[in-house]
Amino acid sequence: MDEIEKPRALAARRREILDLLVASLGPVLAAFVISGVILLLMQVNPVSYYGYVFGRGLFSPTGVQATLTRMGPLLLIAASLIVAFRAGIWNLGGDAQFLIGAVFSAAATPLMAPHLPAGLALVIGMAVSAGFGAIWGLIPAFLRAYQGVNEIITTLMMNFLGISLASVLVKLLFLDPATTVPQTRTLPVEDRLPSLFGTTISSGVLIGLAAVLLVHFVMTRTAFGLRLRVVGANPGAAIHAGLAVPGLTIAVFAISAGFAGLSGGVAILGQYGNVRADWNPAYAMSVVPLVFLARFNGFASIGFVALFSILSIGSESAARRMGVPNYFTLVTVAILLILLGLSEYRGARRRQRAGA
Amino acid sequence: MPDGQAIPSAARPISGGAPIVRLEGVTKRYPGVIANDRIDMEFHAGEVHVLLGENGAGKSTLVSMLSGLQQPDEGRILIDGDARPIASPAGALDIGISTVFQHSMLVPSLTLVENAVLGRAWWRRPDREGTAARMAAMAARIGVSLDPMALTGDLSLGERQQAEIVRALMRGARFLILDEATAMLTPHDAARLGQLMRRLASEGVAVVFITHKLNEAVEYGDRISVLRLGRKVGGIAPETLRQMDPQAATGEVVRLMFGTHDMASGAAARVDPATVDRAGDPVLEVLALYAGAAAVPLHNIEFKVWPGEVFGIAGIDGNGQKQLAEALAGQEPISDGRIRLDGAFVDRLSIGARRGKGLRYITDDRLGEGTVGSFSVAINLLLKEIGAAPYWVQGFEKPAEITENAREKIRAFDIRTPSAETPVGKLSGGNIQKVLLARELTGTARAVIFNKPTYGLDLANIAATRQRIRDTAEAGAAVVLISTELDELLDLSHRIAVMDRGHLAGIVANDDAARRKIGELMSGVGE
Repeated sequence: MDEIEKPRALAARRREILDLLVASLGPVLAAFVISGVILLLMQVNPVSYYGYVFGRGLFSPTGVQATLTRMGPLLLIAASLIVAFRAGIWNLGGDAQFLIGAVFSAAATPLMAPHLPAGLALVIGMAVSAGFGAIWGLIPAFLRAYQGVNEIITTLMMNFLGISLASVLVKLLFLDPATTVPQTRTLPVEDRLPSLFGTTISSGVLIGLAAVLLVHFVMTRTAFGLRLRVVGANPGAAIHAGLAVPGLTIAVFAISAGFAGLSGGVAILGQYGNVRADWNPAYAMSVVPLVFLARFNGFASIGFVALFSILSIGSESAARRMGVPNYFTLVTVAILLILLGLSEYRGARRRQRAGA
Repeated sequence: MPDGQAIPSAARPISGGAPIVRLEGVTKRYPGVIANDRIDMEFHAGEVHVLLGENGAGKSTLVSMLSGLQQPDEGRILIDGDARPIASPAGALDIGISTVFQHSMLVPSLTLVENAVLGRAWWRRPDREGTAARMAAMAARIGVSLDPMALTGDLSLGERQQAEIVRALMRGARFLILDEATAMLTPHDAARLGQLMRRLASEGVAVVFITHKLNEAVEYGDRISVLRLGRKVGGIAPETLRQMDPQAATGEVVRLMFGTHDMASGAAARVDPATVDRAGDPVLEVLALYAGAAAVPLHNIEFKVWPGEVFGIAGIDGNGQKQLAEALAGQEPISDGRIRLDGAFVDRLSIGARRGKGLRYITDDRLGEGTVGSFSVAINLLLKEIGAAPYWVQGFEKPAEITENAREKIRAFDIRTPSAETPVGKLSGGNIQKVLLARELTGTARAVIFNKPTYGLDLANIAATRQRIRDTAEAGAAVVLISTELDELLDLSHRIAVMDRGHLAGIVANDDAARRKIGELMSGVGE
C-alpha cells in the first residue's frame, strides 16, 4: 500500500505545484496585458514602456544593481508580513515600525562607527533597528492579546503616530548639527553594509533573502511555526489545544515588527546612510499585496518582490523619460491582485462544484 | 400592500378549516446531512403551533423554507391548499408569512415608525403621521402599548419584538414565525410575548413558535410538533393537548424529544457495574464549582467519578453542559470551587497541564475548535502535542515520526481518509470524530469528558464511538458523558445527572426507574 501511495502522493504534489504556478503566473501575464491597454488609453505605447521599464530595471547594469539593492528592505518587510499573516495577525503598521527602526539605527550607528570595529557597529545598528521596531509593535500587541482590540485598526493608527514621531525625532533629537536640512548624521559610505562583488549592490539583499527563507522554514518546519499557524487558522482550536495564545500573539508582533524595523535599519545602513525628516518610502504598504499574491509562501514572495522591485526601479526611470507616473507600478499590482482574486474565486467555485 | 390592513377575515378561526400552510413530505439535504426528512406538518389559522427540537433537529431549516430563504429538495408546500413555491423572502411576505427572530431586525437608530416605512418604494415620501396612527391602532387592537415615535434603540428587546410583530401585521401577516423569540428575553417579557401569541391566535393569525423551553411550549401552544435529527418524531394535537395537565404534557414532550421507549421500561442491556471500582478513590472530584462569567453561569456543581465509571450528564441543550466541560478542561475560568484529579487539585492548572495529568476533553465542536480543517490529519492528530518528542526534536519537525503516528492511529481507529496528508476538514463527520478520539484516548487518559460524542454521526459511527466510551471506562478511566440522547446515556452510564440552568438538578443511579426519574428532573417535577 505504501509503494502505491508514494508515487501517487508525489504526482499529486507535482500537480499541485503546477496548478499553483499556472494560478500565479497566468494572472501576472493578464495583468500586464490589461495594464498595456490602460497605457494605450494614456496614449503610451505599452511595448516600448515595458521594454523601457524592464530594460532599466533588469537588463542594464545600474538598473539591476538598484533593483537588487531595493529588494533587501522589501524582502525583510515580506518576512515581517509572512510571520504575522500566517499567524492570522494583520500587522499593517510596518511603515511606522520601519521608520522607527530606521531613525534609531541612523541616530546610533554613526556615533558608534568611529569607535567600534565596522562589523560590530553594523550588527549593533541592525539590532537597534529591530529592537525599536519591535517596541513600536508592542502597543497593538498587548491590546490584541489581552483586550481583543482589532490590530488592523491599531497598527494603522500607530502608523500615523510612528511616522510623525520619526519626523519629530529627526528634527529635534537626532538632528545632524553639520547640516541645515533636517536629517540625521550621515553614516560614511565605508562604514555601511558592504556591497557585493565590487558592484553597488548592497549586501542587504542577502540579509533579506536569509530572513525570508528563515521565516519560511520556521513557519513550515518547526513546532513554533506550527503553533503560530494553528492560532492563525483557527484561534478556537488553539485555545482548545492549550496553546498560550496571548503569549504567541505578542511573540508574533515582536517578530513581525522587529523584521519591519530591521528593514528600516538595512535600508539606512546599506543604502541611504541617513534619515531625512520627511522620508517615508511606504515599503510595507507596497509589499502587503505582494505577500498576498504569494499566498504567504516565502519563495513566491521572493519572486513577487523581485518583480515589484524591477517594475518600481524601471518605472522611476520611465517616469522621467516617458511621462508615465511611477505610481503606474501600483496600477499593475492592483490589477494583478484583482485578477488573482478572480482566479481564486473561480477555483473555489470549481472545487465547490466538484465537491457537490 | 397598504399599511394597517385589517387581519384578513378569511383567516378567522374556522373550526376544522383548511390549514394556511401545509408541508407534504418536505425534504432538505445539505452535503452529508439530511436536515429535514419527509416532514408532514400543518399550520392552521388561529393556532399557536410549537416546534420543539434540539439544536440541529432541523427547525432552522424548516423556518428558512417557510420564509423563502431555502427551497425544499423534495416534497411540496401548500399555501391555502395550492402547491405554490415560496420563492423568496419577498414572496413569503406577499403570502403573509413573517418571521420574528431572537435578535431584533429593526434599525436601532430609527424610530418605530421609520422602521415601519422602510422597505417601501424609495421614491415615495414616507407618511410618518399616517403610519404612526395605523401603527398605534394595530398595537391597540392586539393589546400592545407602544409609542410609534420612540427611538428603537431606547426600547427593550421585548418591546422591539412586539414592535416587529405589529409591523408584520401592518404588512398583512397572517402567518407569524417566532424563531426562538423568547430565548433572549427576561422571564417577564417572555410571558408578555406568550400572552401576545395567544391574542394573535384568537385574532386568527397562525403562529409558529420555536422554543427550547418546554414550559413555554406547553403553556402557550395549541399544537406541538417535535423534530429530532431532521424527522418529525411526533406531536400533540390540539384536542389532546387541551385535555392534558401541564405536567403530563411536559412528560409527553420529554418522551418525544429524548426517546420513543416506554417511560417505565429500562434499557435493554444493563450497564455492567463491575467495571466501576468504588473501593478506590474517585479519579475526578468536582467540589462546589461555580463559573459566574460563563455564557450559562454554573453554580454549585458537585460530583465525583470513580475509576471505570461512566457518569452521564443529561439535560436539554444549552443548560450549561458545554460550560461545565470547558470549566473542567480549563477553557472556561471558574469563579469558585475546586477540581481534583487523582487526588490533586487541577483547577489552577492550564489547559495543557491538565491534559498532561490525564484529563482529556473531546469537544462537540469538532471543526470549530477540535480540529484545524485546513491542516492534515497527521497534524491534527498531534494538535495538542505540538513540540513534543518524538514528533518534534528541539522544536524541529520530524515528518517521518509524524506520518508514522498518523498511520498507526488511522489503522487503530479505522479513520477513513485518502491519506495522512488529507486536510481533516475534507473528511466526514464520523471520521473527524475518530481523529478526535484517536488524539484524546491514546496515552494515559485518567478522566475523559465526552461532549455529545455521537451528535451528527451515522449509525455505524455511533456504535463505534459508544464502544470507545465503554472501552475507555473498562480501561480504568473516569468518563464524563454529556449527551442530549437519553437512550445513549441509559445505554452507557452508571449514574446520570440532569443539568438544568447551570446546575445539577439531581443524580440518579441507572436502574429501572432511571428513565422516569430523569424525565421528572428534566421537566422540573422533582423540584
